[in-house]
Amino acid sequence: MTNIVVLVKQVPDTYSERKLSESDHTLDRESADAVIDEINERSVEEALKIKEAGEGEVTVLCVGPDRATDAIRKALSMGADKAIHVSDESLHGSDMLATAKVLAAAIGKVEGVDLVIAGNEASDGRGGAVPAMLAELLGLPQLTHVRQLTVEGGSVKADRETEEGITHLEANLPAIVSVTEKINEPRYPSFKGIMAAKKKPVETLTVADLGVDSGEVGLGNAWSTVLEASPKPPRTAGERVEDDGDGGTKVAEYLVAQKLI
Amino acid sequence: MPADRLLPTTEAEDLLALTRELAREELAPLAAEYEEAERFPREQFRLLGKSGLLGLPYPERWGGGDVPYEVYLQVLEEIASAWMSVGVGLSVHTMSCFALAHHGTEAQRERWLPAMLGGDLLGAYALSESHAGSDAAALSTRARREGDAYLVTGAKAWITHGGQADFYTTMVRTSDDGGTGISCLLVDRDTPGLSAAPPERKMGLTASTTTQLLFDNARVDADRLLGEEGAGLRIALESLNSGRLGIAACSVGLAQAALDEAVAYAKQRTQFGSPIIEFQGVEFLLADMAAAVESARATYLEAARRRDRGLPFQRQASIAKLVATDAAMKVTTDAVQVLGGAGYTRDFPVERYMREAKVPQIFEGTNQIQRLVIARALRTA
Ligand SMILES: Cc1cc2nc3c(=O)[nH]c(=O)nc-3n(C[C@H](O)[C@H](O)[C@H](O)COP(=O)(O)OP(=O)(O)OC[C@H]3O[C@@H](n4cnc5c(N)ncnc54)[C@H](O)[C@@H]3O)c2cc1C
Ligand SMILES: Cc1cc2nc3c(=O)[nH]c(=O)nc-3n(C[C@H](O)[C@H](O)[C@H](O)COP(=O)(O)OP(=O)(O)OC[C@H]3O[C@@H](n4cnc5c(N)ncnc54)[C@H](O)[C@@H]3O)c2cc1C
Repeated sequence: MTNIVVLVKQVPDTYSERKLSESDHTLDRESADAVIDEINERSVEEALKIKEAGEGEVTVLCVGPDRATDAIRKALSMGADKAIHVSDESLHGSDMLATAKVLAAAIGKVEGVDLVIAGNEASDGRGGAVPAMLAELLGLPQLTHVRQLTVEGGSVKADRETEEGITHLEANLPAIVSVTEKINEPRYPSFKGIMAAKKKPVETLTVADLGVDSGEVGLGNAWSTVLEASPKPPRTAGERVEDDGDGGTKVAEYLVAQKLI
Repeated sequence: MPADRLLPTTEAEDLLALTRELAREELAPLAAEYEEAERFPREQFRLLGKSGLLGLPYPERWGGGDVPYEVYLQVLEEIASAWMSVGVGLSVHTMSCFALAHHGTEAQRERWLPAMLGGDLLGAYALSESHAGSDAAALSTRARREGDAYLVTGAKAWITHGGQADFYTTMVRTSDDGGTGISCLLVDRDTPGLSAAPPERKMGLTASTTTQLLFDNARVDADRLLGEEGAGLRIALESLNSGRLGIAACSVGLAQAALDEAVAYAKQRTQFGSPIIEFQGVEFLLADMAAAVESARATYLEAARRRDRGLPFQRQASIAKLVATDAAMKVTTDAVQVLGGAGYTRDFPVERYMREAKVPQIFEGTNQIQRLVIARALRTA
């Protein structure tokens, strides 16, 4: 029986316009539709596959505001068994270290965890460091950039893919794995799954419930501050090359003019 | 802009979110290509089935979703908004299960309904014949009882999913007593003597297969009779009352898609130095389109809520079908106008929307027949 915790983050929908709030440069979560991060749908899918291949239990863990319950329900309707939701006003503006501390404390609430599955990088924060921080805080081996995963007995095997190539890794359980978008195609929930999710247990915890000092979290206690933010300038229209048989030459001439070749 | 909906429960919200995701990821990207190639999206129906969408308004004990019409119709609307042929197909499939669910015996339901609602099978509804359209009571496909079977001979016309469906809820003539000589049979696709003619060559909904259904001494077991002998027309018309709400919802979805396309275009197209949406002549057209979409939605939802409460809803369903399909025709036509020359080409979807909007004014009772139903209710009130 594999006891799996999946770290699920709610993020602004990449289909909608995303912006930072004017006042404190934190993410303006009200202005965009909030959804479960796609990389975390893949994290959930991987956990469900491991569970379905043998035996196991999948717990979803999410640190986020009240409306993150939508992301949690989606994970439950895909087939996860239960959830922990850490929701606390004092968490607003927390940096990655604080987020990792809270996540570590919450993972400690789940008994006998074998495997923690996270996304490699969240699509909003894009820190890509929370899983590593967690491994450090919990003293667990970490397997990152994973595109293929198997659990056998007391160990986990993974293919780690980066620009340099593929490495084959193995670690003893318990371990922390972070997955890339190549890992799988997540399933859609079904209406039956949606109805079943309604009855699954969701434990809601505050920072105090976790025994984390509120002086370590939130915007005021972040190790770095965003001073200023401005949107990327819009892309310029670009140049269009019509192909009248000499398209290749024209493209080459353009690239030479730009000193690209 | 996605429709702003008031939904009764969190589960309904999650169901609509799932529907939008399926529509956006799995349906919309294929619609134009499949319509152009006149290709039937069988696999996409299977995906909807796997997600539990092929049995939504039927009871859970037979594998349905137990969802009120208020919610089911909004699912339908979202699907039709992405791909009208699939929306109409889902509506027809749902209607084809009505006769068994509401008029079958306990044994019949237990035997067939779970598979029909389960997602793998697709249904069709066969009432019309070439000489019996608006005057459905004139149908003449014959079912002669022989031992423990009916031998069926005749031709059904205009059958949505003809040759694609796994079962056909079919109205046949069992006696010469006009409207009371009609019976309803649940016909399996593999029935010997049953075949489909080549698809009709239609103006729109080209990915949805429409064929004649030919019965040549087709042998249908007598235990596939739904309801009493002679009750067929009543069952057929009762099915249509609910089916019409489905067509109304699909039409609103189609109109919403046309409106969204028109607004997006009007914001980015500039003439005389300004985006055309800033010209009052264009923005008032868009405002009227939005008013038509939202009032049509409100109209079908009102009828649906009456149905969900067990109140009579026949007049309201006919009004919803009339209002929503006329709205879709107008809104899609105006969307072509907003896009100008671009709207008239196949590089943009609005000319297809306009072609697709025509047929809802015709099927499941032409809009003249809807007026007949509404007027009769006024007369007898
Ligand atoms: C000064 C400062 C202020 C900030 N203010 C805000 C703010 O107001 N609002 C805000 O959203 N962000 C804020 N951030 C960013 C915030 O620190 C990160 O979003 C968050 O800590 C996680 O980092 P990430 O998303 O880059 O994680 P990554 O390391 O990219 O995430 C990898 C994986 O870790 C897991 N994970 C990450 N976060 C969570 C979570 N919350 N719950 C469950 N699993 C998770 C997921 O599996 C995810 O796929 C702020 C950062 C700084 C430095
Ligand atoms: C794409 C498509 C799919 C279809 N799918 C199905 C299906 O799945 N199953 C099925 O059974 N049928 C289906 N039909 C058939 C459809 O329901 C009929 O076409 C419709 O009922 C009209 O019948 P008709 O075509 O014979 O027209 P007619 O009945 O011949 O009507 C011609 C015209 O006369 C008008 N008219 C007729 N009677 C009156 C009257 N009393 N007062 C005023 N005006 C009147 C009509 O409104 C119409 O304008 C489909 C049709 C199409 C085009």
